[in-house]
Amino acid sequence: MTPAGSLLSATDLRKSYGSTPALDGASFSVHPGEIVAVMGPSGSGKSTLLHCLAGIVAPDAGTITYDGRDLTSLTDAERSALRRGEFGFVFQFGQLVPELTCVENVALPLRLNGVKRKDAERRARARLEQLEVDDVAGKRPGEVSGGQGQRVAVARSLVTDPRVLFADEPTGALDSLNGERVMELLTDAAREARAAVVLVTHEARVAAWSDREVVVRDGRSRDMEFTR
Amino acid sequence: MSIGHTLLGLLEAGPRHGYDLKRTFDETFGHDKPLHYGQVYSTMSRLLKNGLVEVDGVESGGGPERKRYAITEAGVTDVQRWLATPEKPEPYLQSTLYTKVVLALLTHRDAAEILDAQRAEHLRMMRMLTDRKRKGDLADQLICDHALFHLEADLRWLELTAARLDRLAREVRPA
Amino acid sequence: MSLPGPLSGRLRDLGLGVRFAVSGGREGWTRTLLTAIGVGIGVLVLLGAASVPTFLHKGNAREHARMLGMGSSGEHVHRSDHSFLYVDVSSQYRSDQVSGYLLRPDGAHPALPPGVDKVPGPGEMVVSPALRKLLASPEGRLLKERYDYRVVGTVHDAGLTSPFDLYLYAGSSTIDTAHGAHRADRYGAYLRPQPLNPVLVVMVVLACVVLLVPVAVFIATAVRFGGERRDRRLAALRLVGADARMTRRTAAGEALFGTLLGVALGGVFFLGARQILAHVQIWGLQGFPADVTPMPALAALILLAVPLSAVAVTLFALRSVTIEPLGVVRSSRPRPRRLWWRLPVPAAGVALLLTAEPVDAVDVLGLVHIAAGVLLSLLGLVLVLPWLVEAAVRRLRGGPVPWQLAVRRLQLHSGGASRAVAGISIAVAGGIALQMFTVGIDADFRKTTGADPKRAQFGALASYPSGALAQRMVDDFGATKGVKKVIGTVESWARPQRAKADPRGATTVSFTVGSCGSLRELAHLSSCENGDAFRVTESHDAQQDGRLQKLARPGTRLAVDDGRDLYGGTAKPVLWTLPKDVPTVASRRAPDGTYFGGILATPGAIDPSRLHNATTSAEIQVDESVPDVYDLVRNTAFRIEPGMRTWNFRDVQRDQQYTSIRSGVFTASALTLTLIAAAMLVSQIEQLRERRRLLSVLVAYGTRRSTLAWSVLWQTALPVVLALALAVAGGLGLGRLMLGMAHKPVTDWGLWLPLAGVGLASVATVTLLSLPPLYRWMRPDGLRTE
Repeated sequence: MTPAGSLLSATDLRKSYGSTPALDGASFSVHPGEIVAVMGPSGSGKSTLLHCLAGIVAPDAGTITYDGRDLTSLTDAERSALRRGEFGFVFQFGQLVPELTCVENVALPLRLNGVKRKDAERRARARLEQLEVDDVAGKRPGEVSGGQGQRVAVARSLVTDPRVLFADEPTGALDSLNGERVMELLTDAAREARAAVVLVTHEARVAAWSDREVVVRDGRSRDMEFTR
Repeated sequence: MSIGHTLLGLLEAGPRHGYDLKRTFDETFGHDKPLHYGQVYSTMSRLLKNGLVEVDGVESGGGPERKRYAITEAGVTDVQRWLATPEKPEPYLQSTLYTKVVLALLTHRDAAEILDAQRAEHLRMMRMLTDRKRKGDLADQLICDHALFHLEADLRWLELTAARLDRLAREVRPA
Repeated sequence: MSLPGPLSGRLRDLGLGVRFAVSGGREGWTRTLLTAIGVGIGVLVLLGAASVPTFLHKGNAREHARMLGMGSSGEHVHRSDHSFLYVDVSSQYRSDQVSGYLLRPDGAHPALPPGVDKVPGPGEMVVSPALRKLLASPEGRLLKERYDYRVVGTVHDAGLTSPFDLYLYAGSSTIDTAHGAHRADRYGAYLRPQPLNPVLVVMVVLACVVLLVPVAVFIATAVRFGGERRDRRLAALRLVGADARMTRRTAAGEALFGTLLGVALGGVFFLGARQILAHVQIWGLQGFPADVTPMPALAALILLAVPLSAVAVTLFALRSVTIEPLGVVRSSRPRPRRLWWRLPVPAAGVALLLTAEPVDAVDVLGLVHIAAGVLLSLLGLVLVLPWLVEAAVRRLRGGPVPWQLAVRRLQLHSGGASRAVAGISIAVAGGIALQMFTVGIDADFRKTTGADPKRAQFGALASYPSGALAQRMVDDFGATKGVKKVIGTVESWARPQRAKADPRGATTVSFTVGSCGSLRELAHLSSCENGDAFRVTESHDAQQDGRLQKLARPGTRLAVDDGRDLYGGTAKPVLWTLPKDVPTVASRRAPDGTYFGGILATPGAIDPSRLHNATTSAEIQVDESVPDVYDLVRNTAFRIEPGMRTWNFRDVQRDQQYTSIRSGVFTASALTLTLIAAAMLVSQIEQLRERRRLLSVLVAYGTRRSTLAWSVLWQTALPVVLALALAVAGGLGLGRLMLGMAHKPVTDWGLWLPLAGVGLASVATVTLLSLPPLYRWMRPDGLRTE
């Protein structure tokens, strides 16, 4: 059941790591420009859901449809190309290449797509400006604060103008003030770019930045909008 | 929140008319509930009676009576004392939600459903507050955050309870 | 803190480090094991190097112990109960050398050869296990025809140089002193140790440096494995109250444990590796596993120095790191490396080499001079390299993504890469220098014999003179399958009867007897009949020609084959008159490459069997298309006379000592490169493991695997290429200097290509072997951790 008008949807996903089931019949959908929070206790399978939706791991069973295409039938190379071109990613930590400067980090996805270095870095600077961290452009990740680093990561995730932004605990390593700011900038930028956001978090206050919430428990998803 | 102390505190900056007081209060604190003018009037007369304020002057003319109030020495002392006294933390020991959950368990209704419904409701409220925060100024943000933190605490309780429903059911249901 | 004493506190800190090394969970063990294996490999190489003197000595000692007739010249051995007659019956079989003696005891208790329990009786022989195997196999068929004796026993290890030694002692009842046999009453020869050729000494010194420096680099790298994780653990120690000194001691303890384990492993590796000698022949190394025993002093030095330097390296590496309770602070912007103190080292080395003179092994001071020059030059390379890598990498900008990733990584952490690469460059520079040097001195060692293999490929020399034997050689070799032509001659000398005997040969000319067919090969004869004699000039030896003109005019009465001439013997000369009409003819290039000058005679002119001091030899031309033709000829030779020596004419005869040293140098270079490649691989893999999560994230972003694979390649290739450039330049320069020292010109500037190729191959290997772990850690599992 693909909800009408959805950009990315998944039905009855199953995925096991060894004998431990991580997903046990989870479903999901997100519309263009919509921000959906995926909540649930740790170990519930929410990150696995994100990895499946983003085409990073292949589910054992179930279907994933992105923009009318069956994601599970794509080859690894095709899925990589999709992630490169149409998806953006923000993780909790450890995502910036420590040797590259911040602006080079942000420009990286563009350069992976074949954009020339100068153009890529120009666009990267614009994104850094939007996230109010253009002052650290020339520094390396090790030389900036956690909040700044995460904003650089958000800038990087948005630099390719992705249609879907996947954020896995984007504020998990930040204090609440920095977390707030990152969420605000992230959602503002995403809304401005009309990017759909899949936001995995266990914090209600972070989830509150979304339009809708899906809860994952024991590998099964539950759309909270339908419980009324 | 003590409206009397708040108004007294506002008077410390200098004498004001009653209408002035209401407007300043609304702007600073009364985002959700603006004061009725009658509330101001009754509060001020109580403060007058206790000698914490005095009438500084009356402007006569058309419309309502326009008294100017000023804080007394006793009033300043009272504000000082109020500010210095910590508020008693609210323990929320009596919870309607808890009652609902236990009742549902006792009557073999779906307690998880109740928790989830409540969770959705809480989140809806949190989203609303977040949205307001986004559009508002710093004052809005602080006030909304206060509420958001409380709601988040409730939500955590909901999650925790949901995870412990089985144990709770065993304990509350007669063997 | 209340300490019972400062020492026990220190020991406790060390002990804590050891506990970390042991109980750090899988992670800790992996790190300890990596260090141990790295150090173990280093120790293996060091122990191997320390065993070289023993190895050479023991092999030589056994070789000398079984020699007969050497070092006892002049002494007459009396016939006794334990004396015996012997004939050396060594010969070649295909490409292998088979050695041994034919023995005929004089009495009932002949001396026993080493490793032999009982002297074989007539028709019997005792053989080495390798020879026994060869004789029993189909490959040994022809050899069995040659040594057609019944095998009655074994020559044990004590009488062999290696498990592959082909050796035999056979019994005879027929050999006698009149037919080439000699008498001895004991085995063994005392040979004065030959001093090594000075150029060889330089080679050995260079080879040692080339080998040892990379091992040191390798051990230093191995000790640093897993350093970042270790630093974090030390930070945790600081948090619970350890001071900076205690953490340093703990780190030292940890390194010490890994290293000690490594030393033990190295010992095990060593014992295992030397067993290989029992099963395969490597690079012509001849010996038994037990011969590979390190010299005790060197072994003790290794066992002591390796752990100590491990601790030193650890402490040195910690200098640039401040371990705070809440984390590790690296001096984030490391000082740029300075060149000024690095340059004097290679400069001093070059200066030393420029002033050095060739020396031999006895000249200790000169040796130290050269060794120091080479050492400083190569060390200079190691010191200059990090600076060069850093300076070059700092200037790099832009480029495609993999390139950019690699360059940026190197800009931040060039130390590790250049350390590993310093090892490679030393190996390559040293190798190139050695190779240039060896090629330059090649001419010295390569004796161009001038032999003409088209005319005769084979020579045979009987152990006693006999015209009959010469004829038999012509007949029998001629009848052997595959033989096209045989020249058999009896060679002696002649002196005018009136001239005085002169042991230096100033009054003698060569005198050779052979059939017309044989003589035609030595000089241009227009006609020849049995009974003729010839004077041969134009021998390319002016002295020889001059003597012929002066001493052997036609009609001169000659004393031929006078034993007093050459070794003051007593044999009576044969008096013979050079005919008045003797023709004078021009010499011709003989099959063995020489030009004969002197007197040629046919057996009809003089009976060769009267010439008791003459030698009987044959030159044989064979059809190489006949299978095993050489061994067929050797079999014939053995049948004619067991003591006959045979040899192949080759264009080039290589000096044995030189060849073995050169093969040793290449063995060392190969080992070294392997070692360095292994170190690079391990640190590469460790670096990848530490950034597992980042790799997963990059893949989530849709990064192509090839992009990351290329960045890994560049990261290895970039410094290595820089290093190779420096190494090639340095190696050529060093080789030039060393040749200058030996007063030789540079003969080939392109020699570095193969070694540079080996360097590049190691880059490729390291990259290829890093790919499986890279791909494994690029899987999304990395996103799930934490």
